[in-house]
Amino acid sequence: MSSPALHEPFEAIDRQRLSAALGMWVFLASEILFFGSLFLGFTVYRSLHPQAILEAGRETNVVFGSVNTAILLISSVTMAVADKAAERGLRRMVVGCLAATAALGLAFLVLKGLEYREDIHEHLVPGPDFKLKTPAAQLFFGFYWSMTAIHAVHLTIGIAAVCLFAWRVSRRAFDFTASAALPSLGLYWHLVDIIWIFLYPLLYLGGRAP
Amino acid sequence: MTDMTAESGLTAPRSDTYLNHGSTLWSWLTTTDHKRIALLYFGSITLFFFIGGAAATMIRLELISPNGALFTNDGYNRLFTLHGVIMVWFFLVPSIPTTFGNFLLPLMIGASDVAFPRLNLFSWYLNTVGGLLVVACLVLGGVDTGWTFYTPFSSMFSNSYVFLAVAAVFVVGFSTIATGVNFIVTVHALRAPGMTWFRLPLFVWTQYATAIVIILATPVLAISLALIAAERLFGLPIFDPQHGGDPVLFQHLFWFYSHPAVYIMILPAFGVVSELIACFSRRQVFGYTAMVWAILGISVIGFFVWGHHMFVAGMSPFAALVFSFLSFIVAVPSAIKVFNWTFTLYRGQIYFEAPMLYALGFIGLFTIGGLTGLFTASLPIDVHVTDSYFVVAHFHYVMVGGSVSAFFGALHFWWPKISGRMAPDGWARFAAILMFFGFNFTFFPQFVMGYLGMNRRYHHYAPEFQIYHVASSMGAVILAAAYLLPMGYLTWSLFRGQKARANPWGATGLEWQTSSPPPKHNFDQRPVVTERAYVYHPDQESPRHEEPNAREPHNPQGQRG
Amino acid sequence: MSGSPIFWLPAASTEGARTDHLFFLLCGISTLIVLLVLTLIVTFAIRYRHGSAAPRGRLPEFFRSEFEIGWTAATAFLFLFIFWWASAAQLAGYAPPPDAIEMHVTAKQWMFKTQQPNGAREINQLHMPVDTPVRLVMTSQDVIHSFWVPAFRFKRDILPGRVTQGWFQATRTGTFHLFCAEYCGTDHSEMGGEVIVMPKADYAAWTAAQPEGDDLGKAGGKLFVKMGCAGCHAGSNAVHAPNLAGLWGRTIPLADGSSVEVDERYVRDSILQPRREIAAGYEPIMPSFQGVASEADLTRLVAYIRSLATGEDAGQ
Repeated sequence: MSSPALHEPFEAIDRQRLSAALGMWVFLASEILFFGSLFLGFTVYRSLHPQAILEAGRETNVVFGSVNTAILLISSVTMAVADKAAERGLRRMVVGCLAATAALGLAFLVLKGLEYREDIHEHLVPGPDFKLKTPAAQLFFGFYWSMTAIHAVHLTIGIAAVCLFAWRVSRRAFDFTASAALPSLGLYWHLVDIIWIFLYPLLYLGGRAP
Repeated sequence: MTDMTAESGLTAPRSDTYLNHGSTLWSWLTTTDHKRIALLYFGSITLFFFIGGAAATMIRLELISPNGALFTNDGYNRLFTLHGVIMVWFFLVPSIPTTFGNFLLPLMIGASDVAFPRLNLFSWYLNTVGGLLVVACLVLGGVDTGWTFYTPFSSMFSNSYVFLAVAAVFVVGFSTIATGVNFIVTVHALRAPGMTWFRLPLFVWTQYATAIVIILATPVLAISLALIAAERLFGLPIFDPQHGGDPVLFQHLFWFYSHPAVYIMILPAFGVVSELIACFSRRQVFGYTAMVWAILGISVIGFFVWGHHMFVAGMSPFAALVFSFLSFIVAVPSAIKVFNWTFTLYRGQIYFEAPMLYALGFIGLFTIGGLTGLFTASLPIDVHVTDSYFVVAHFHYVMVGGSVSAFFGALHFWWPKISGRMAPDGWARFAAILMFFGFNFTFFPQFVMGYLGMNRRYHHYAPEFQIYHVASSMGAVILAAAYLLPMGYLTWSLFRGQKARANPWGATGLEWQTSSPPPKHNFDQRPVVTERAYVYHPDQESPRHEEPNAREPHNPQGQRG
Repeated sequence: MSGSPIFWLPAASTEGARTDHLFFLLCGISTLIVLLVLTLIVTFAIRYRHGSAAPRGRLPEFFRSEFEIGWTAATAFLFLFIFWWASAAQLAGYAPPPDAIEMHVTAKQWMFKTQQPNGAREINQLHMPVDTPVRLVMTSQDVIHSFWVPAFRFKRDILPGRVTQGWFQATRTGTFHLFCAEYCGTDHSEMGGEVIVMPKADYAAWTAAQPEGDDLGKAGGKLFVKMGCAGCHAGSNAVHAPNLAGLWGRTIPLADGSSVEVDERYVRDSILQPRREIAAGYEPIMPSFQGVASEADLTRLVAYIRSLATGEDAGQ
């Protein structure tokens, strides 16, 4: 029953896979509290200063936001396919899908960077020459920058991990059908995706509702 | 007693213990063995305990005179902030889980390691990085916000190294999250055959509950500190009142972590004390099931009482009532535990070696700390005593009188298992008694002066409080001696101490069923568990008298082979 | 405050007496519990030390769950009783009496600036009459401070960007410590002063002897014109904005169907965030004065609008 993917202190590969998944779920619970506090803070300010937050919410660039949402959703599909392909031992499929996932993630970051450049150009960085006059409007952008930046850091970590696995699978460096690494990475990627699914309406759609 | 031959086989010196498995520095720095990682953590937290302790010494020295001339105002502010930050995040939070938890958790459940050994090592490196950041902050000039980092002072007004301190706590937070993930999965996935949930030693239960609190509370601290950093570095208004931001929102987020953090510090101590009281009274823990539910109850309710830190900060009277009510409720399981420990002594065969003295001292100090918690949960009293020395005394009784006493109890109890040598018991008992009296001497006067109006974080104070401060500082001298003594005799015992048997105290836990110190893989054969925890005597009967040097559990948890 | 007793600080306010009763009750209960636990531990430790001759035998069957349930219930009831007592005491002293005289406190690093009802200003001192309820209206110019008078058992945080209130009624004359209880930076240890409680006649004499302070309401009236408020809110005007005369203290309907009492909080919020709670029948057209009106300005404007309630029209 020994397999190269099995390592100390486990004695059976099934249990090791389950444990890795459990570990990732526990970590994701922690991540949800991490982003949850940001959402909470945003909600508090939205109820304290509804007009200012809505006014500021109209200043984000909804085109960038929507395209990026689509890109991340597609990347989750390719990630899921990579996971299923790994279960069936399809090496080239796994490598291809992981590469696509990483590429889509990078595309998201590039678009986000372009959006940031535009935001800076439009004086949407809180400070003395901020575009809007209402002081509380700056609160919205305080959250906009922190939330999207922290999300981007998570995504960057995800992209690095996906690249690492793609490289190791393509070099036949480890037993990817038995290893729990890929499903765990998939869970992480989907979480980062889901966080964005919450950020998108909060930051891009809220101010635009009729 | 079932197989004395195997016992003598275990006491024979063996060459493959975890300590001599590899001897290069490199073998220590790259180890994934949970026992060695525990020792690495011992090194880190001992260092920080003495840095934090040095700060405490200087604080007590400064407070002898009401005009406090040793430090400038800024110097004193940096001093108490440093003491708080280091003691909370670099000593108390990691203390028992990362050392005894790491060392004992796999041994107690019959596993060969934690679930993710490399993650375990990674968490120590994260802890070290956090430690380096806080030392850098200290060397460059320190931070003056108080360990609570309240905005807008920390984000807009402080002229000190707030970013470094915040980054250090952020990093060390992720280190404890890694440990928490590891413990939860280890307890779920790696229990030995027959080790059902309700056969787990209470120490394991407390580690499990602590890990859950760590997982759910620490990220909230991380994000609040990250937002302070964003406000300082990039000028993003998050809690800035000039822009309509709310500084009290920061307090809510901060205490959503920092109140459960109190339970992160005290729950492992509950586990330690349960082990010690049972072993040295030779009795089953009274009300094991109630103890388990009390542990879980505390960790759940502990999440909903954070608001009692903000009764004077502008909270609706309704919210204040709810938080006050829950704060009273969370005290009930703690009371249950105190009574259970006390009645574990009933009809026992009680031995008074050093670990037991620490455990009994813990019960006394924790009872006082817990009862003064009722004072601070009562709204009118809290309005008066919050931010006074009453509160300072209250949380020192719980964290220092409680957690640190338990830490030293654990250190003396498991020292033979960790080092393979016995600590000199006479010296150890002396240190335990000294610690108990030194502690009360130091902190009891603080209750009185707090109620009379002595403000927290003041180094210039009204002259009528001097008598209390002088008493407190004299007690601190005794306390410092009691903390330094074990350094000496434990080091001595490493070289000259009597060699330890596998199970010198005759305890029932699985960790005593392997040699002292354990081999690298913990057990020569995977143990099979057939018994509940703490079967020191047949059910409903009383323990019989044994010679002190021939104590044996009635039924140990594991059957070897 | 010199010559303050070293071993006890007698309460000097009505609320303080209540707090002390509760404190003594809790001290008594805690001492009993500590003595109980201590006696049990010492007794068991001596009687059941290893090798002692004390009979041990089988444990009685009832010893397990009945004991456990018993002391769980007992502690729960005890704690609930204390909670009830404490909360009742708190709620009894929550709302200030309507006739309380009002003092303003503005905290900044590292001093308390106080202002009497007649406008007289003090720094790090607060004169007040005995046996008279005093309501504090407080705000901070920079970081969080806290107003603590230990002899009154009174403490309230002072926050920037918010008004906090509290009240007390002194029962003894004398000079009492005032401390800043919330850590506020470099000179936190030095931030404090004294509360001077005087007999009513002395207080009246003291007030009369103070230099003419700038009455808050009068100053507010000037600001009301200067900042352009009067352009819309005064008398008849092309812009449809509520007239503020006689508004103070009334309960008015809001556009969303709820209603609100016009008090400090509402007026202040309406100046800073005019679109949050819109009075029924008006368009949300007023701009925010956040960042325009300082804390001191707000205090004066609020005082002015209140003065309109009693008809002592100050500014026009």
